[in-house]
Amino acid sequence: MADLWLQFVLTIDATIRVATPLMLCAMAGLFSERSGIIDISLEGKMLLAAFAAASVAALTGSPWLALAGGILISLLFSLVHGFACITHKGNQVISGLAINILASGLTVTIGIAIFAQGGQTPFLSSDQRFSSITLPFAQAAGSIPIIGTIYKEILSGHNLLVWLAFVAVGLTSLIVFRTSFGLRLRAVGEKPEAVDSAGISVVAMRYQAVMIAGILCGIAGAYLSVAHGAGFVREMTAGKGYIALAAMIFGNWRPLPAMMACLMFGFLDALAARLQGVSLPMIGEVPTDLILVLPYVLTVVLLAGFIGKSTPPLAIGTPYIKER
Amino acid sequence: MNNAILPRWIDIFLLPIINLLAALCVAGIIIALIGENPFTALVVMLKGAFVYHGGLGYTLYYTTNFIFTGLAVAVAFHAMLFNIGGEGQAMMGGLGVGLVALAIDPFLPPVLVVLLGICAAAALGGLWGVIPGWLQARRGSHIVITTIMFNFIASSVMVWLLAGMLMNPGQMSPETRSFAEGVGLAQIHVIAGWLGIEISRSPLNLSFPIALIVSVGVWWLIWRTRLGYIIRATGHSEKAAIYAGHDPARIIMIAMAISGALAGLMALNEILGVQGRVILNFTSGYGFTGIAVALMGRNHPVGILFASLLFGALYQGGAELDFEFQSITREMVLMIQGLIILFSGALAYMFNPAVERIYLRLTKQGQADG
Repeated sequence: MADLWLQFVLTIDATIRVATPLMLCAMAGLFSERSGIIDISLEGKMLLAAFAAASVAALTGSPWLALAGGILISLLFSLVHGFACITHKGNQVISGLAINILASGLTVTIGIAIFAQGGQTPFLSSDQRFSSITLPFAQAAGSIPIIGTIYKEILSGHNLLVWLAFVAVGLTSLIVFRTSFGLRLRAVGEKPEAVDSAGISVVAMRYQAVMIAGILCGIAGAYLSVAHGAGFVREMTAGKGYIALAAMIFGNWRPLPAMMACLMFGFLDALAARLQGVSLPMIGEVPTDLILVLPYVLTVVLLAGFIGKSTPPLAIGTPYIKER
Repeated sequence: MNNAILPRWIDIFLLPIINLLAALCVAGIIIALIGENPFTALVVMLKGAFVYHGGLGYTLYYTTNFIFTGLAVAVAFHAMLFNIGGEGQAMMGGLGVGLVALAIDPFLPPVLVVLLGICAAAALGGLWGVIPGWLQARRGSHIVITTIMFNFIASSVMVWLLAGMLMNPGQMSPETRSFAEGVGLAQIHVIAGWLGIEISRSPLNLSFPIALIVSVGVWWLIWRTRLGYIIRATGHSEKAAIYAGHDPARIIMIAMAISGALAGLMALNEILGVQGRVILNFTSGYGFTGIAVALMGRNHPVGILFASLLFGALYQGGAELDFEFQSITREMVLMIQGLIILFSGALAYMFNPAVERIYLRLTKQGQADG
């Protein structure tokens, strides 16, 4: 029984680690899509940021500079997305797709040019990364049943960026629903002409939104390569950007539900990892592939309106053309 | 966008070429930044794609994949649907071929197995297209998101089956057993050999002529049949289609079924033409490249043919870069592909105003002179 409890606690701990980049990317997508810009390039921006962060960490040794580098490159590509979708009114899905494909090619090409290690960056030592933060008395608390284990295994031992992800969710919720910026942001995604007639620039609002998305994807990418992992490997985002997008849709474009969806998808991932090759009584060998596919299936089912109703921002995907 | 000012030839030929050149310029700058000579790289690519022994065969072999996936995207585009699920639909097509071949190849003659396999590829690919179509038409889900999800679902299904019940016993890699002798599409160099003509070995196979025939078929369907007309009408204006007595939901599903079936046919080239068994990840991104192909080809089969050839050359030339340069790999092709999608897709109209201005100035001058 005690063993099962520990297994469960460890799975929850893994869930948080897996869900961190999802939460950051989901909030990124939320800002962008709430302003009316579809963002399927979360994946690509995160990949580019992971690469840039690992490269900077390997070259300078500073995780903070690495984080800045990751944010910067992701921000740059969010501006490319904005330039195509806002300034030139291009197709938002095509632009996002282009960035994703470009990211796959660019990271490996430049990686080989700089480090000549087949597209990877050198292995990062612990002082080049964000190290895990052990909360006070965690070791001592571990001996207390239940609460102590939760404190030691789940709350303690995460790196700074994990905490930052939760802060990002809180801030997003606050900004989107409690500030005038948030009101304008939501309005610009629902009825841009109304915002325009109130004398606020639709273009400026949308650029701000995609830039915030860029910053958040940058943090997510840096988390993957210099906090959770120790260096960049090709395609290391492995579809996490799309899962985050699915989670945001699952959360109906709302921060807290989106966070819950990220945690749920993260839990499925952690569970699949733990059950790999395990035989359970009654079920037999657990089909982990089928657990991993659940986020996608659930999102399809949700979008089809079989569980609840999804209400995307009204003006999503349509460029704003100011009437003269 | 309005192109009332510009004549058709500028819109169809000049602007895509300008966009392509812009993409290649950026790619060239990146190649220069990583310390290689972009012009040498270009020459190596062109030689690798067309001149070297067997290069052309490989180029046309890649071209075949892109014709299928490009046509798939284009048919959906005509109904104003963005099918980015070509990758998953092609995987399911491969699964269709595999299931048929594995089930009946001990009993039936190879020709029949191949024919049934082709039908199964189209059917399963079509199924993987029609479900998102149905979800969009009847349940209002966004087709872009659903097709993305269906790519991942298809990929998981393939892993699950190929590493599970379809896995070749006694082998560790996730793939099926080889199909029976003769179950496959003959390679062109083999056919040429029968006729006494010697051409260099390449994976180019009968899928290529099939792709050409399918292109003609798609052209016929879209521009010469009633159904094609209705598909285009629905794409232009759903209201007009309803007014004319058509059910847009039905048209969306039909268009997605055709689109998925076309993507599914890509499996002919890879599974029947080359592998002779089902392997994991045989689609290697060709479904996504189809989007670039359709964009460049302006959703017209002739344009798609040329765009497919361009991407075929890019892939084969990219493989050549791998051999010739220390610091350039196949991923360079992916980068160029991303740039092409960006410039000829998302930024397609960036150069329009400038071209319009130059064109107007030139024509005005012509009128003043004359």
